[in-house]
Amino acid sequence: MPQNTRGLRSQLKDTVAVTGLCPQAGAYGVQDTLRKGFTSVKNELLPSHPLELSEKNFQLNQDKMNFATLRNIQGLHAPLKLQMEYRAARQIQRLPFLQSSNIALDTLRGSDEYIGFEDILNDPAQSEVMGEPHIMVEYKQGVL
Amino acid sequence: MATLSVCQIPSSGFSFDYCKRNALLEAEITKLGFNAPAARKTGTTICGLVFKDGVILGADTRATEGMVVADKNCSKIHYISPNIYCCGAGTAADTEMTTQIISSNLELHSLSTGRLPRVATANRMLKQMLFRYQGYIGAALVLGGVDCMGPHLYSIYPHGSTDKLPYVTMGSGSLAAMAVFEDRYKPDMEEEVAKQLVRDAIAAGIFNDLGSGSNIDLCVITKSKVDYLRPHDEANKKGVRAGSYRYKHGTTGVLTKTVVPLDLEVLEETVQTMDTS
Repeated sequence: MPQNTRGLRSQLKDTVAVTGLCPQAGAYGVQDTLRKGFTSVKNELLPSHPLELSEKNFQLNQDKMNFATLRNIQGLHAPLKLQMEYRAARQIQRLPFLQSSNIALDTLRGSDEYIGFEDILNDPAQSEVMGEPHIMVEYKQGVL
Repeated sequence: MATLSVCQIPSSGFSFDYCKRNALLEAEITKLGFNAPAARKTGTTICGLVFKDGVILGADTRATEGMVVADKNCSKIHYISPNIYCCGAGTAADTEMTTQIISSNLELHSLSTGRLPRVATANRMLKQMLFRYQGYIGAALVLGGVDCMGPHLYSIYPHGSTDKLPYVTMGSGSLAAMAVFEDRYKPDMEEEVAKQLVRDAIAAGIFNDLGSGSNIDLCVITKSKVDYLRPHDEANKKGVRAGSYRYKHGTTGVLTKTVVPLDLEVLEETVQTMDTS
């Protein structure tokens, strides 16, 4: 089903950090002014926090490392199976504009028995603002 | 950055939204000839040593904020678990939150294993967390406790490196405290002698380091019990004032006195019932 594959691709797009020459590029490789606003060269020249990138990719790198270790110890089948389970667990969610608990994914990762800064700072469950539901669903489905 | 529409729920954790704005503001404000606010200098003396039946942690109680003493009696020995405590130096909020998070994680860990947590576990959790944040969490810690493998003492640096030693010091007064330890530490000390040595080490920090001061807190952890002594000793007792320097009543004579009553007229009076539900 083409719709579904587009949906999966949009999920990938969100998890993998794309850092190129133009970080605000839209789906067609150019600035998406309607959705992201105008570009500013100044914005991209200013240094952001050194931790920003490593924090953004932390979970991804952690998963990668775990998969690599698992592959070395048990063979290719183990990370493949685990990745399949991750993907399945990641799809169990509320509608994109509602906060999901991700309990299945947390249990798979083992992060249900862990408290970090992501559990106490900026908790989306306590967010005071909400996105436009239609736009968020369309984005998730890869329609937008 | 401001966008026209939000496509995703923003992720939790540290938010770096204001970093660019602050960099921009700082550049602008320097151009105008002002200085952006800088981080305040901190100062502390904390230390710990291993004695015959356990571990003693010690700390001063001054919270330094640049040239200002922000708190004269703050608590720098934090609870980690029933058998582990942790002294914190550096950014006060960072040491507080770091120890609280590790304490919560160790509680979850000990609930799932059904045992008392080990000091090595706490040490590993702390160093992995601090290394993740590359020193931006300014917490320099002295971690001590007694577990099934005996007494352990670690010092943990903000970048995530750790040492396991029989006696450690941290903070700006660490050199003064370490000098006392280097002079008088012996393996397998008795509890009272060890307490006196830790007290003297912290006192050396208090008297020789401007960032440290006030009282001395101790935490004695043995296999069977924990003694949290706060305060154990007051390093410099405040003197008692010899006499009262206040003026007695009637020192200044009242020559004349006039009372002018205000001429107020009641125009309207309403009675409202109070909502007591």
